[in-house]
Amino acid sequence: MSSARRTFADFKVFSRGYLRNRFGLFFGLIFPVILILIFGAIFSSGTTGTINVYTQNLDTNAPPQANIASQFLTALNGSTTIRVITINASEDFPNYLAAHSSSDGIIVPANFSTDYLKGNQVNLTVYGNPASSTSGIVSGTVNGYTNYFNLKRFNGTAVIGVTSATVNTQQTKYVDFLIPGLIGFSILVSPMFSLVNISSEYKKTKLFKQLSLTPLTKNEWLASKVLWYIVLTFASFALMVAVGILAFGAHVTLSVWLIPFLVFGPMLFASLGMLVGTVTKNPETAGVIGNIVTFPMMFLAGTFFPIAIMPQYLQNFAHILPLFYIVEGLNNVMVYGNVQGALIDLAVVLIITAVFFALAVRLFKWRED
Amino acid sequence: MNPIEVSSLKKCYGSLKAVDDISFTVKEGEVFGLLGPNGAGKTTTIEILEGLRQQDGGQAKVLGLDPWKNGYELHKRIGVIPQEFNFFEKTRPREAIIYYADLFGVKVDPDVILKEVLLEDSAKTNFDNLSGGQKQKTGLALSLVNTPELLFLDEPTTGLDPNARRAIWEVIRGLKAKGKTIILTTHYLDEAQQLSDRVAIMDHGHIVAMGTSDEIIEQHGSGERLEIHGSEQLADYIRANTELQVDYDRLKGVISMPLKQKIDALAALAAAEQSKMDWGDIQTRRDSLDDVFVKLISGRVNEQGELTDKYENAGKS
Repeated sequence: MSSARRTFADFKVFSRGYLRNRFGLFFGLIFPVILILIFGAIFSSGTTGTINVYTQNLDTNAPPQANIASQFLTALNGSTTIRVITINASEDFPNYLAAHSSSDGIIVPANFSTDYLKGNQVNLTVYGNPASSTSGIVSGTVNGYTNYFNLKRFNGTAVIGVTSATVNTQQTKYVDFLIPGLIGFSILVSPMFSLVNISSEYKKTKLFKQLSLTPLTKNEWLASKVLWYIVLTFASFALMVAVGILAFGAHVTLSVWLIPFLVFGPMLFASLGMLVGTVTKNPETAGVIGNIVTFPMMFLAGTFFPIAIMPQYLQNFAHILPLFYIVEGLNNVMVYGNVQGALIDLAVVLIITAVFFALAVRLFKWRED
Repeated sequence: MNPIEVSSLKKCYGSLKAVDDISFTVKEGEVFGLLGPNGAGKTTTIEILEGLRQQDGGQAKVLGLDPWKNGYELHKRIGVIPQEFNFFEKTRPREAIIYYADLFGVKVDPDVILKEVLLEDSAKTNFDNLSGGQKQKTGLALSLVNTPELLFLDEPTTGLDPNARRAIWEVIRGLKAKGKTIILTTHYLDEAQQLSDRVAIMDHGHIVAMGTSDEIIEQHGSGERLEIHGSEQLADYIRANTELQVDYDRLKGVISMPLKQKIDALAALAAAEQSKMDWGDIQTRRDSLDDVFVKLISGRVNEQGELTDKYENAGKS
């Protein structure tokens, strides 16, 4: 009971100080909104790198020596823009795409090879989200290879056609992806920079030493900071969703599954910030290390654009960034309605949070030996 | 039992002996001053007593408790202003008092405490906009929130202008009048003299003198001395023509001679007269605490507490 009283007293003083500090307030609440306005207005365009495209080949009876479907997919996979990921013919394709938080896919129909060889009209179905930056690339590439196959055998007669289809994200716009990304950005930036700064500054100015002379414990102190950044994250979330909807007509799925990400996200980065501030000797070094840790996450964890458009090595790198799992989880819930995928992200977030929090509490010292 | 009992206390940082085998007690209701230049070991001593650092050897009991092992219990019963008191930038003194009251789980009237430390006018100013003196007063106010039995004031006036310093002294005198036991570290001799009942002078981790000002002067001072203004040649002349010990302060141009008996003064003056050199301003005086302090720490201490010029008066016989 008295521990809760002390934590709340510290929370009150810290939050009041935070709100009086215009700099913190700007970066905590206003800056992410400005980013939404800027990026939402610019919209996305231009991509590089390889896009994962789920492909279902229903042409299972083609003879090996005349398996045109297989040749077509191999050719497609040889392009620099698309990576073909083959899924089982028995899967429900639209559901599979939704469950894997993807909007890009191709279905090769049954008897594709036979029909092609006979010169019968046959249609590939290309799934994509018209608003997504990856969609145009996928359909452009498929059209290119279709033309090549048509030209090679039929002098350009359109034997292979392309039918477009969309999964349940067909109404999704760039801003719909941007909102979860920037909520992730906000979850990262405020607690991380703030805790790096105050934990190293308080050490230098001996404020920790002074607090250690009161009944406040270091765990209560850290808890109140985490609590404040959770409150700030919820405020920031509400503000960004409101701006996204009002300014850009964004579609956002609100679900209780967002809550764990909005709670454990700030806890993760407050702990990480605390850890950086604790293990470094002075505020200057802490600032440098804090930036080294934070900046790659800011841009490479899917905050401003989907990681699918990045080169493969950067996509691999993104998977070691804690923020990636928060942004992916938020996307899974808010954009794709893919709770199962979100739960996997949440599990990763929980593990990383537990490790960072435990380390921060263990290494952070009120007093010296 | 005395509020503070220290025996053979030791603390090293690597090869540096910051506190080297010191012992003292502080009695109830007493203001005890730890005086010395920077690096003498004052803050290390006080931080061990506050439970912020662990000693390497010896014993320390504060209010009957081991400060390191029972720090959490002890902190509820003591008040502390650390050296260079600092606080959350955007918090105001009145809010800070309420915050501390919440942490300690006590009910206080913030206005009463603000009045006690003469800070009513700045109660609603953000900490980062307070002057140095007002910041220290905020520290004093916070150290009083839990109605402590014992107060630790670590260099409470360092870096303050004379007016702010006197205002802090006023507050400390008020606390002393209320019977609070206070341990005060300072490198200002006048502060120690003005506020303390007893003083311990620390140098290089040792206590080199301890007691009331009079006791220290009695123990370490050189007794009565004759001083006249004159040249170094005159000092050499008196030295050559009398049995007296003669010191010369080049900065002040003062010739100083300890008097074993009153008749020595006549011998000195006769020698000065015989020299046919200029001299004047005869006076006899006893060592002040300042003289003893300078002698004991072999130098003077500047505003920042650093040991500076060696005292010219010493060792020139």
